[in-house]
Amino acid sequence: MADIRNNFIGIKSPNPFWLASAPPTDKAYNVERAFKAGWGGVVWKTLGEEGPPVVNVNGPRYGAIWGADRRLLGLNNIELITDRDLQTNLREMKQVKMNWPDRALIASIMVPCVEESWKAILPLVEETGADGIELNFGCPHGMSERGMGSAVGQVPEYIEMVVRWCKQYTRMPVITKLTPNITDIRKPARAAHAGGTDAVSLINTINSITGVDLDNFAPQPTIDGKGSHGGYCGPAVKPIAMNMVAEIARDPETRGLPISGIGGITTWRDAAEFMALGAGNVQVCTAAMTYGFKIVQEMIAGLENWMDEKGHASLSDIIGRATPNVTDWQYLNLNYVAKAHIDQDACIKCGRCHIACEDTSHQAITSMVDGVRHFEVIEAECVGCNLCVNVCPVEGCITMQPLAAGVLDQRTGLPVSPIYANWTTHPNNPMAKVAAE
Amino acid sequence: MATGHFIEGIAGGRLSSEQYADNFSDLHPPLDHHEALVESDRCYFCYDAPCMNACPTSIDIPLFIRQIATGNPVGAAKTIFDQNILGGMCARVCPTETLCEEVCVREVAEGKPVQIGRLQRYATDVAMSEDKQFYKRAEPTGKSIAVVGAGPAGLAAAHRLARHGHDVTILEARPKAGGLNEYGIAAYKSVDDFAQAEVDYVTAIGGIDIQNGKALGRDFQLADLIRNYDAVFLGMGLGGVNALRAEGEDADGVANAVEFISELRQASDLSGLPVGRRVVVIGGGMTAIDAAVQSKLLGAEEVTICYRRGQEHMNASEFEQDLAAANGVTIRHWLQPKRVIAENGKVSAIELEYTALSGDKLVGTGETLRLNADQVFKAIGQSFVPAHLNSSAEQIELEGGRIKVDAEGRTSLAKVWAGGDCIFGGDDLTVSAVAQGRDAAESIHRALASNGRA
Repeated sequence: MADIRNNFIGIKSPNPFWLASAPPTDKAYNVERAFKAGWGGVVWKTLGEEGPPVVNVNGPRYGAIWGADRRLLGLNNIELITDRDLQTNLREMKQVKMNWPDRALIASIMVPCVEESWKAILPLVEETGADGIELNFGCPHGMSERGMGSAVGQVPEYIEMVVRWCKQYTRMPVITKLTPNITDIRKPARAAHAGGTDAVSLINTINSITGVDLDNFAPQPTIDGKGSHGGYCGPAVKPIAMNMVAEIARDPETRGLPISGIGGITTWRDAAEFMALGAGNVQVCTAAMTYGFKIVQEMIAGLENWMDEKGHASLSDIIGRATPNVTDWQYLNLNYVAKAHIDQDACIKCGRCHIACEDTSHQAITSMVDGVRHFEVIEAECVGCNLCVNVCPVEGCITMQPLAAGVLDQRTGLPVSPIYANWTTHPNNPMAKVAAE
Repeated sequence: MATGHFIEGIAGGRLSSEQYADNFSDLHPPLDHHEALVESDRCYFCYDAPCMNACPTSIDIPLFIRQIATGNPVGAAKTIFDQNILGGMCARVCPTETLCEEVCVREVAEGKPVQIGRLQRYATDVAMSEDKQFYKRAEPTGKSIAVVGAGPAGLAAAHRLARHGHDVTILEARPKAGGLNEYGIAAYKSVDDFAQAEVDYVTAIGGIDIQNGKALGRDFQLADLIRNYDAVFLGMGLGGVNALRAEGEDADGVANAVEFISELRQASDLSGLPVGRRVVVIGGGMTAIDAAVQSKLLGAEEVTICYRRGQEHMNASEFEQDLAAANGVTIRHWLQPKRVIAENGKVSAIELEYTALSGDKLVGTGETLRLNADQVFKAIGQSFVPAHLNSSAEQIELEGGRIKVDAEGRTSLAKVWAGGDCIFGGDDLTVSAVAQGRDAAESIHRALASNGRA
């Protein structure tokens, strides 16, 4: 049986599935239920400084987009950090950690960007017995207008400065949570690294408007006729998050910096993908908010099953395994040729591959052969773009099949070359480097 | 079981009033809003969609389903009505399992097609309940067209002609318009007087004058129509019922299934409608199923359909056969009626002969079977009665006993088109009649527009 115990920057948990700092981790009641369901850890909903807590809107806090059958694909929120009193949260955290010593409990923190504020709150958090802290530099709404959250996360110098304070004033491991609302995610990661962070976590939510009420012409969620951008999360953001995780994992300046992967993780497979790209563990929120805490049981069982099937003994066997295969476009092998192939037994003859290719691509799929409805790839036209695979409703019906070296590519009339050759040396590239003599 | 079951002979009041209401409620209850959205999500929006090609009226099914999915059921209804103005009734009575839904790629993939018929009903119900009228009449052309028969073919033709600005007079023999939609379909397929609501919806476009109680050959002649109108469309359906050709078939208790179905549809109180305790229906089509199932639903104890060929030869779809079986109707094959046995002039049993195929020919084997019956329904097909046309000076050409038409619905007579069950080559489907009426109307319009006369 695969061992999925997780050791993330010295913080141990029975599995790599943590609940991200968000509404599901706002109080002891929820967190106790989460631990009972099997979650390996939680990042407690972000704490603010002492004093009157923040207030939330009293209208809708969430907006969403849906896929077929109203599956929730993307969720957006305009909720702020915890609106409960700091002492209440600290008291509950301490009790929960005592009740669940084998689970990870991380405190997410967001206080004003001044040294005194951080210096004041860190000992209070430390006293709860929390396993670590996560610096919320990501929240893109509300708090950012007050100079916190993503307002800090968007300025690498501030990130480095705050991380330094934290490393100075607490012995707890520091995880720096990054905002994706920035052009190059490597910059804030490098800054956190320079400040001495133990890890980064990403992504926080993405600036978004999920809908517009067309009766009132107001963005959604609508509060008394107005709306503001919110933070976007859920399955729809997973590809964006994975790219950012991979960028940090393969950046020479941050290589080896532990990463807690966040962004649309809904199944064991999503988690495995994040870890393969370099995440040491994962954090989940939207999936729990959609289906409840029980989903972690699918994640645990699915991950174990896959690892057993593939012979991966522990998480270290999979973490970062895909990172070396993430490269730049210019290094992709231009001599690699693949063609789409339609499995006629699996084909249900919906014709979507044909019309997608015919209308919008390369006219490489038939719709009628000898007067019969028949969808087949015309190899001489197929550029191997994969669009047909993506629009086909039957998984596995259309596959991309590489041509072996030496086989004739009917489109170019040339045999497939066995030699790796990329754009950097391509004759059409005016900047092409001359091959070494 | 209500005690009414045990009354011998043909009797009404076999069930409680609640049972009647329950038995004759909607066969396929309408999808609610949520169900329609869930179901519409299942459509793949196929290219050159097989469902669309299977529809005799070529409704753009992927488009209307997508319109439902995107919250535009009214637009979906227009997509349907553009091709089939009787889309509401077709959604209820089409044998979708042998048309659009049979070829749905999800039927191929999962054995579970998108419920196209029910989605069509959802969209058309929304539009009709909001009384959305999508079509305006073109400028008046001054042309007038006579339509014989207010059934699906006639109504479809009339609507299309009215849209083009022509004035239409429909001459209908029966007291109500609708044809088989009103008189010939099992009651549980068209509840709440939908057939009449649809006639009102179709004729609301204006320019359509329906005259009831006017029968061809009795109240007017084809020659009069040809003389008095710019064009004529014949859509009078089938007037005759095939005989059993069995000895004693004029006994009391032997009746035409179509008349039974019609009476049932027109009955205001089903408990007053008598039915036998033991009913035998002779035939293998939709009419046989409708008569048998409704006999059962009226409280008959035993209902048996006897068909002279095998299960695979039955015109009734598999769905209809299953429906009959689920309602407790026994379907027996390879049996043909030989003799109706009567006591005191009333049917008491029917003697049937087993049949077999000898080469391509169906032959009696000589072996017989006797089934007790106090009511026998004949459902072995209807026939066209050409006698009504014979008043015209020129004879209209027939083929296979029905009116011969070309691809546009033109008959052998100038100015005369025909469509629906009365033409040769039809498949006895409401939806085909609609397509033929619509296409004949376009042909008439083209003829009138091109040379001013048909």
